[in-house]
Amino acid sequence: MPRDLTPLFEPRGVVVTGVSSHPGKFGFVALHNILSCGFSGPVFAVGREEGEVLGHPVLASIADLPDCVADLLVLCTPVGANEEIVRIAATRGVRAVFCAAGGYSEAGPEGVEAEARLVALAAELDLVLAGPNGQGVVSTPAGLCAQIVAPYPPRGRIGVASQSGNFVSAFLNYAGQTGIGISRAVSAGNAAATSIADYLEWYADDDETDVALCYLEGLSDGRAFFERVRQVTLRMPVVVVKGGTTAGGQRAAASHTGSLASDDRIFDGMARQAGLVRAATIESAFEAAATFATQPMPSGDRVVVLSTAGGWGVVTADAVTLHPDLTLTPLPDDLLADIDRMLPPRWSRNNPVDLAGGETRDTIPDLLHLTAAHPEVDAIIQLGIGIQGNTAALTRSGPFHPDHGLERIVDFHEHQERRYAEAAAAASDAHDKPVLVASELAVARPDNPMVAAVRESGRLCYASADRAVTALGHLVRYARRLRGRT
Amino acid sequence: MPTLSEAASRRIVEDAGVAVSPWATAADAGSAKEVAASLGLPVVAKLCGGAIAHKTERGLVRLGLSSQDEVGAAAADLLAAARPEDGDVELLVSTMVSGNRELIAGLVRNEQFGPCVMLGLGGILAEAVADVAFRLAPLERDDALDLIDDLGAQFLLDEFRGEPAVDREALADTLMALSRIAEDPEVLSVDLNPLIVDDGQPVAVDALVETA
Repeated sequence: MPRDLTPLFEPRGVVVTGVSSHPGKFGFVALHNILSCGFSGPVFAVGREEGEVLGHPVLASIADLPDCVADLLVLCTPVGANEEIVRIAATRGVRAVFCAAGGYSEAGPEGVEAEARLVALAAELDLVLAGPNGQGVVSTPAGLCAQIVAPYPPRGRIGVASQSGNFVSAFLNYAGQTGIGISRAVSAGNAAATSIADYLEWYADDDETDVALCYLEGLSDGRAFFERVRQVTLRMPVVVVKGGTTAGGQRAAASHTGSLASDDRIFDGMARQAGLVRAATIESAFEAAATFATQPMPSGDRVVVLSTAGGWGVVTADAVTLHPDLTLTPLPDDLLADIDRMLPPRWSRNNPVDLAGGETRDTIPDLLHLTAAHPEVDAIIQLGIGIQGNTAALTRSGPFHPDHGLERIVDFHEHQERRYAEAAAAASDAHDKPVLVASELAVARPDNPMVAAVRESGRLCYASADRAVTALGHLVRYARRLRGRT
Repeated sequence: MPTLSEAASRRIVEDAGVAVSPWATAADAGSAKEVAASLGLPVVAKLCGGAIAHKTERGLVRLGLSSQDEVGAAAADLLAAARPEDGDVELLVSTMVSGNRELIAGLVRNEQFGPCVMLGLGGILAEAVADVAFRLAPLERDDALDLIDDLGAQFLLDEFRGEPAVDREALADTLMALSRIAEDPEVLSVDLNPLIVDDGQPVAVDALVETA
C-alpha cells in the first residue's frame, strides 16, 4: 500500500509555526503564501509574539490549536522546538508535517540525531513527515501554497517531487511561463521519512495528476527505488532529471565490465528498464512533462513535419531522422495526392511538407486535419506559423497603422494565426494524435496571437523545433513501452 | 577480489548457458596437440591459471595455430613463460573463432542498484568508445532485447561485411545467462570479452569471473 499523503496535499486546515512579524522570516513567508493563494480551509499561526501577523491572529502555543481542524503542520521553528510541537500537534488531530526547518542531517552529527528522532516520532504518531530542510508543498486543487519561496503556479496536471527546492521553483516558474500547470509540488528536502518514490506512488493514484516530474540527486536505496517506480510507470509517465551524473563512481575494477560501469550508465539502464522518462536538462524535463500532460499518446513513431516555408522544415526533418525513437515517415501516396489538390505544384511533395508559400486562407487548418486523420501518421510537428502575426505586430506598431488598409490586414493576419493554433489543437483532439507547434516566437513574442492561442488551447508552444522533437521522442518511447515489445 | 582462471570461468558461464568456443585444457605440449586434433585446426592456445587475469598483455595468447607443429611449439613457449607467482598453470586450447565484429558482455554488482548486466561494443577500443548499456538483473527476456536495442551502433548488429545480422535471440540468451549467474552471490563480476560474432552467432572466446 502506498503511503497516504492526502493530509499533506489536501489538508482540511493548516497550522504554521515560527510565525513572527518579521516579513523576512520563513514562518511569516509561509503564512503569507498560504493566506494569499486561495486556500479555503482554516489557517492557524503559532508564534512567540502575541497579537496579529498579516491581520491574522497568532496563537502563543501549539497547545492553543483547536482539535481536529488542521491536518497539516508546517514547521518553521528551530530544530530544538520541533519534537514537542509535533507531539502536541498530533493530539490536536494533525496528520501530516512539512518540516521546512533546516539544521537536520544536512547540518552535521547532531542534526543527524535530531532527524532520526523526528522520523521516529512521526512513525510513532503515524504522521506523514515531509522534509526536513525542504521549501514546502504546493497543491493547486486545494489552493495550497505552503512554501517559503515563490511562485504559486497555475493549476494543471503535473505532479512535481524534487530533491532540490530550487528545482521545484524552476518547474513552477516554467509552469507560469507556459501556462502548463501543476497539480501538486513538493520539495522533498532531506526526504527523511517520505521519499521521492512515496510521492510518485501517491501521484499515480491521484486523480488530479497525470504525469510526475522529478529531480533526483542521490538515492539511499537504488534497488528499492527501481522496484517501486517500475510499477508506477505502468500507470503514469514519470519524467526524471538526474543530478550528479558525472561524478566518479567507477571503482578500480578487475573486469572491463566494472571499469565501464559508471554510475551514470547504470542509472541510465535502470531508468530505461523502469520505464522512466529521463530528460537531459531541467527545461527539457519540464517540456517532456508538459507534453505528457497536454498531448495524446501516439500509437506509433511515424512523424510528419508541416512547415510553411524554408529551413525549419529541413532541420526538423533532420532532427526527427536522427532521433532513435522517431521515424520521418514517407508521405503516403493518397495524402500526397490530396495535398497536390490544395497547393500549387512548387510545394515540397515529401516529408517535411513545405508549402513554399502556396497556402491560401484555409490551407493550414485543412492540412492539419487531413494529415492528422491519415492512418499512417502518428504525430505531427507544425512549424512556421506565427509569421503573419509577427508581421502584423510590426505593422500595428508602425506609424502607418491603421490607415492605408493596414487595420484590415493586421486583423486578418491575427485572426489567421489564432485559427492555425486552434486547428492544431482541434486536429489533435479529433484524431487523438500529438500535434506539436514549435516557434521561437513562444519566447521571443509570447504576445503573438498564434502563441497566445496555443497557450489558450491548453498546450505548449515549443520554443524551438528541436525541443519539440525531443519532447515527442519521450512521448513515443513511453507509449511504445506501454504497448510492450511486439 | 580473486579472479578465477579462464578454465574455471568458462565452466561457470557455460553452465549458465553462455555459448563459448569449444575448448579443453592440457597439461603439456603433447596433450595440447591431442586437444587440437580433436577440436580441429586452427586453434588458440593460452596459458591459464588462477593468478593470470590479463593474458594478452603478457603475450600468453597464441592465435591462429594451424598445424600440429605450431600447437606444440606454442604450448612449449607458453609453459616456459609461466612465472613462479602464477602458481598452478595449465594450457587452454580452444577453437579459433573468427568474425569481424566483437562485442563485450558482462556482469557487475553496483553499490546502489545491485547486479547489472552489460552489453557493449568490444575490441581494443571498447573502453574508449564506451558504446555500452546496462540493465538490472534479474532480466526479463524483454529487458535483454531492449538492452541490445540500446547500443548506439545498431548498424553493426545488422548484416555487416558479408556476414549475416547478429542473432538477437542468441545474444539475448547470453545476457539471460549472465542474469542467472548473478543469482550466485559469490560471483562479483563476469567479463565475456570478447564475444565474437561468428556467422551471426555470438561466441565467448574468453571469460573472466571474479569472486568474493
